[in-house]
Amino acid sequence: MTLVKLMRWESMLGLVLVAEVVLFSSLSPYFLNVDTLSDASFNFTERALIALPLALLIIAGEIDISVAAIIALASVTMGLGAAHGVGTPGLLGLGLATGLLAGCVNGALVTVGRVPSIVATIGTMTLFRGAAYAILGNRVLKEYPGSFAVFGQGYLAGPVSIELALFAVFALAFGLFLHRTRWGRAIYAIGANPVASRFAGLDVNRYKFALFALTGLFAGLAAVLLTSRLGSTRPSIAQGWELEVIGIVILGGVSVWGGKGTIMGVVLAALVFGLVTFGLGLMNIPGIVMSIFTGALLILVVAVPAWLQRR
Amino acid sequence: MSPLVTLAGVRKSFGGVRALSDATLELYAGSITALIGENGAGKSTLVKILSGVHQPDGGEIRIAGEPVRMPRPDAARRLGIGVVHQECLVFDNLSVAENLFVNAWPASRGAVDWRSLRARAETLLRELDADFPVDVPASRLSIAQKHVVQIARALADDSRVLILDEPTASLSQRECVELFRIVRKLRDAGRALLFISHKFEEIYELADRYAVFRDGVSVSAGLLSEVRSDELIRLMVGRPVAQLFPKLETQIGEELLRVDGLGRSGEFEDVSLTLRRGEILGIYGLVGAGRTELARTLFGLQRADAGTMRLSAAAGAGCALVPEDRQTEGAVLPFSIAANIALPNLAALAPRGWCRSALETGLAREWMDRLAIRASGPEQAVHDLSGGNQQKVVIAKWLARKPAILILDEPTKGIDVGAKAAVHRVTSEFARAGNGVIMISSDLPEILGMSDRMLVMRRGRVRGEFSRSEATSEKLLKAASDA
Repeated sequence: MTLVKLMRWESMLGLVLVAEVVLFSSLSPYFLNVDTLSDASFNFTERALIALPLALLIIAGEIDISVAAIIALASVTMGLGAAHGVGTPGLLGLGLATGLLAGCVNGALVTVGRVPSIVATIGTMTLFRGAAYAILGNRVLKEYPGSFAVFGQGYLAGPVSIELALFAVFALAFGLFLHRTRWGRAIYAIGANPVASRFAGLDVNRYKFALFALTGLFAGLAAVLLTSRLGSTRPSIAQGWELEVIGIVILGGVSVWGGKGTIMGVVLAALVFGLVTFGLGLMNIPGIVMSIFTGALLILVVAVPAWLQRR
Repeated sequence: MSPLVTLAGVRKSFGGVRALSDATLELYAGSITALIGENGAGKSTLVKILSGVHQPDGGEIRIAGEPVRMPRPDAARRLGIGVVHQECLVFDNLSVAENLFVNAWPASRGAVDWRSLRARAETLLRELDADFPVDVPASRLSIAQKHVVQIARALADDSRVLILDEPTASLSQRECVELFRIVRKLRDAGRALLFISHKFEEIYELADRYAVFRDGVSVSAGLLSEVRSDELIRLMVGRPVAQLFPKLETQIGEELLRVDGLGRSGEFEDVSLTLRRGEILGIYGLVGAGRTELARTLFGLQRADAGTMRLSAAAGAGCALVPEDRQTEGAVLPFSIAANIALPNLAALAPRGWCRSALETGLAREWMDRLAIRASGPEQAVHDLSGGNQQKVVIAKWLARKPAILILDEPTKGIDVGAKAAVHRVTSEFARAGNGVIMISSDLPEILGMSDRMLVMRRGRVRGEFSRSEATSEKLLKAASDA
């Protein structure tokens, strides 16, 4: 029964994806081209990488709104590190560690401090972003070593960027973890009924803490990739990304009430999102107008199945 | 006399599962009709159809001879059908008065008229001889008082028909007496009442007529004065009922658990007990005596402030708790039966982390068989099951872990005779296999019938200990109340 419902959701996303390809390739002759599509992947890979652990967190019944602010904080840390002569491996470690630490702060606030996650992460969102602004002011940090560019600009083989390869590998890993292991099962159970899960002997708080930490770690990874791609750090980096990342997760069919969702859906949603922004960009539609399209798409994909189901 | 409400040939299915296939029911003004049936017989579906929550797939509903349709709950309300739900649907954050008029606030020019609200609420509660103030938040009321609020709400709507869905399931003896007085008063005022209960003493005490449902079909109806209770049970179950307290002779063996001076501030204090192999230790007491809190502490959900618990080496496989509230604490309702049974056993089913669904459905099938869980299969979601079958799933998920000690907190609350007998049988067999059981219950016959030894708790302390041979209901009641 639920499988049928999920299939319907994912096939809906699949249809949207096909419609996008057909639409954009008819509108622009440059669209259906391996190099163009390879470029297009940079539109979503960093956001999609955060969407993976965030999907787990939302399935477990929590949320993290601070992911974009974590990117800013991690990017600032790396920028300062680079200014003090830290090498590329050190910068990678610095970015990941900042993300992990920030995720642990969120996790501790929710599990130890018992603050509702939406409140806690609105707080840390403001805090992390504010710290980035306070440290940097109007400055731009761009003393990154040349080799640092490899993460966000490098290619693994042919048109497959390192970012895209990372996303593919992690999507597979998260899919297997969530859908095939007992820990994934526990995440669903915790989201569907945290009380019964605790009574069944699951350490609910430990799972939640780990998922916040994981989300922070992946925000740190996204910060490494984005900073490497841009080659510079401004405090406004990744501004507004939190809503886009959460949008991808919800578009992917993950229930905001917890307990439901698939990695397949999230991956499809990331592709749908990436193609829309890229296709519209190809047609020279400005970013502000673009957000109208992505917003409308989100409402459409969420509302239509709900409406169909009620009839 | 012609009936006020008539249901004829009402049918209802949920996704291929037939809940009601031929429901016929007549309710008379000035009369209390008891609706009798096992869990899953279709009682809840019938209540939901009568209150406009579900739409029948076929059949006819007449009120005072007129065919009616109730597409929404407020349509049923307007036709004068009020429901007192088993789950006590009151708004905890609103005051009693606001609760009474939540669907019809007295207002003048769009603004709520608080004075009139208060006055009308007080009048309503006075009619029911209720003795609690109208401006306290409903969260501060007892469950019995919340039932009264629901009844008063139905009266506020001027209901001609009142449905009481297992109102006594969580009430004490005294609260029941009080509720029955109110119900009789409503009957004498000419209302038609439908009373749902699993307790035959209550049914005979209160109701005038009966209607028996089995597997979604009405099998019999008539005057209660013309039928005996064993006949009703036979009609309801459709087969001879297994013995209710199948206490098996057991060999009491070595000690599994020893608790000394256990305490937790504000909940219970100085509790000492032992549990041996093969033993069923009953813990009796009134609601709020600290029994549930003790169970949670024994299970390790919370820490004790004082005292010690010692699990002997013989209890290697540890301890399991079947909690009081199966819907919020016991089961993950949207999960399938197989996933629920797997949940506490995941480490054993997936030692390296990888789940194999064949193992899970196999385990589920085995336990569905052993506990006679009625469902379409291991993949059926637990929220689609009747209460008795849900409880069996919760028990199964823990027994599958093969614990040495099983703590049952009100294991048969609100479940039907058939399921109750099954739970008792499983409990007895578990004890006879050399395990220990701690059974918390407010059901005196159950405690007396099942336990080898009984503790009575009152206000957080153990007030008496009785062996099976010396225990009587008088002794237990006396120890449990502040006499």
